[in-house]
Amino acid sequence: MREKIMYLLAAAGIGLVTWTLYKVWFVLPKEANVAAYQILYFHVPAAFTAFTGFFTALVLSGLYLGTGNLRYDALAAGVVEVALAFASINLITGMIWARYAWGIWWTWDARLTSMLTCWLIYAGYLILRRAIDEPTQRARLSAFLAILGCVDVGFVYKSIEWFRTQHPSPVLSIRSGGGMGPGMETPIYWNWLAMLCLGTVLVMVRMRQEEISREIDSLRRLAHAY
Amino acid sequence: MNALDVEGVWKYYGDFPALREINIQVAAGSTVALLGRNGAGKTTLLRILAGLSKPTKGKVRVQGEDARQESTRRRIGVLGHGISLYDELSAIENLLLFARLYGVPNPVKRADEMLERTGLDRVRDGLVREFSRGMRQRLAVARVFLHAPDLLLLDEPFTALDDRAIAVLHALLEETHQRGGTVVMSTHQLREALELATHVALIQRGQIAFAGERRQEMLVDTGWLYRTYGEN
Amino acid sequence: MTFLRQSLAIAAKDLRSEMRTKEALNASLAFAVVIFLLFSFAFDPANLNIDVNDYAGGLLWLAFAFAGALSLNRSFARELQNDCLDALVASPAAPGVLFLGKALANFALLLAVEIVSLAVFSVMYDVRLRAQLGWIIMVILLTTWAITVIGTAFSALTVNLRMRELMLPILTYPFLIPALLAAILLTADLFAGKPISAANAIWLRVLVAFDVIFSLLAVVFIDIVLVG
Repeated sequence: MREKIMYLLAAAGIGLVTWTLYKVWFVLPKEANVAAYQILYFHVPAAFTAFTGFFTALVLSGLYLGTGNLRYDALAAGVVEVALAFASINLITGMIWARYAWGIWWTWDARLTSMLTCWLIYAGYLILRRAIDEPTQRARLSAFLAILGCVDVGFVYKSIEWFRTQHPSPVLSIRSGGGMGPGMETPIYWNWLAMLCLGTVLVMVRMRQEEISREIDSLRRLAHAY
Repeated sequence: MNALDVEGVWKYYGDFPALREINIQVAAGSTVALLGRNGAGKTTLLRILAGLSKPTKGKVRVQGEDARQESTRRRIGVLGHGISLYDELSAIENLLLFARLYGVPNPVKRADEMLERTGLDRVRDGLVREFSRGMRQRLAVARVFLHAPDLLLLDEPFTALDDRAIAVLHALLEETHQRGGTVVMSTHQLREALELATHVALIQRGQIAFAGERRQEMLVDTGWLYRTYGEN
Repeated sequence: MTFLRQSLAIAAKDLRSEMRTKEALNASLAFAVVIFLLFSFAFDPANLNIDVNDYAGGLLWLAFAFAGALSLNRSFARELQNDCLDALVASPAAPGVLFLGKALANFALLLAVEIVSLAVFSVMYDVRLRAQLGWIIMVILLTTWAITVIGTAFSALTVNLRMRELMLPILTYPFLIPALLAAILLTADLFAGKPISAANAIWLRVLVAFDVIFSLLAVVFIDIVLVG
């Protein structure tokens, strides 16, 4: 049953991505003045997916604290890992596009800088988890960090955005520059859906891994205690 | 009303059950010796009773109220493995800090009283850093009894104490017993604990293997309990 | 009321402890001055073509943040000695009280370091403080509280972990970016003699919001961290 869901979601995700790729390359009118803008169709949804992940981790951490069920903690960790992967995709595609559009790898654009900061916050979450062996303590402390982290993401995003309105830098967006026509934005949202599907599959795989490692850990404790 | 009610307590560390279905009732005024091998769960149970840890399942009630409530913790005294004193503070400063946290009336007077009881009145203003080991232990004991607790939780108290400190501890425990206070102490030193105890509980692999009144057989042959109820 | 009284007792205990040795205080201060010195090789304050006020704000807060990490690390770490943390958690003091008490002590210590370093800094980098001294102090108070709240919370988080000294900075600095950003911008303007106007008032609001929200979150949720 679980495998069936995974295959279904993977297929849906890949299908959607293929379809949007087709639309972006062959159907939509090209933006003549902006180089390699097609990458934005992955850059932007990756950010949406990452933030969805961060928020989901907050909810899951809250559920763990409320119920004490370690499954929620494992799920939160898996979601953060996948969210971080999508954040990385956002950063890398952003840098590639900056290179094409502006000739430089990093432009200190508000959204890139914010995403980098969020990336560091959640990388810290994963580093914290790695430093704690005992599962219940790990769950508790991670939950605390996830809650504060998600609230901080809001602060980070807004404050860096306001900073950049006062101190402008090259902006990675064709919306603010040339203005995207109607219909050109929908592939972004389809890709977001695709990434959510693929992200869910990855989380499910990760969950299974965590479950197995927890079993091994408790067996180890059992063996050592007696 | 019982001094302590432990109902269906389980404690998991991940998937590992450190405590399994612990059910104990401790009547007020009793002194319970908590026995068990290393890793059996004694310290885990004591930490839960002290409010340092929350049980995964089940409830702990001290005099009818939840163990983590502020009013309950005011009535509990805890002595762990460490002395729980600040090296950079003086004896009186250490006691005053805890007196304030526990809401002791007339904190200075009470702190001086305890210093006298434990023979530390002459080093009242000395820094703990400079104390000998025996003095630190006696001050630790002073701290535990400072707020005249109704329930004492002692984790292997006799292990680290020297003779003078043990004498002080005995005297204070006796006083607590006279007041109707309750004591739960985990220990390896069977002889000393059994002499003081009115009741005995044996923990094994996270479960209670035996809980009941102290019997004469236990004093005569200290290994009896382990042989009869324990595993070998 | 008991909440405040107990917090102050714990804050007093931390301060008293620290004042007896002054280890963290001296180390933080020395560290801040060393950072100022090192920066002078990168940014050469003697160069009259560069307006020092452009980067003075950033410099100052970087130095404060780094120096702060030194003393914040010790905050909960000093409770581990002799098992004091257990005694505090077992006491009637709520975990929020423990947190607040330690945060207040850390705040006082960090503030002391900052005020002395600020004097040194203004001399080394020829920065004029008098014009907007009141606002400068306000910004210092707000930002120092932000650093303290996050730093103390994460000090509690990492107290029992293996790589405690390394983990604290890794976790704390990204979190503090909004507050440090606001402080840097405000300080840059204030050093240049510009008052708080509609343009930069938003950064004051960011600082206040940051302080209020994270103080509440920390006090409310710290028992998750402290009680096993």
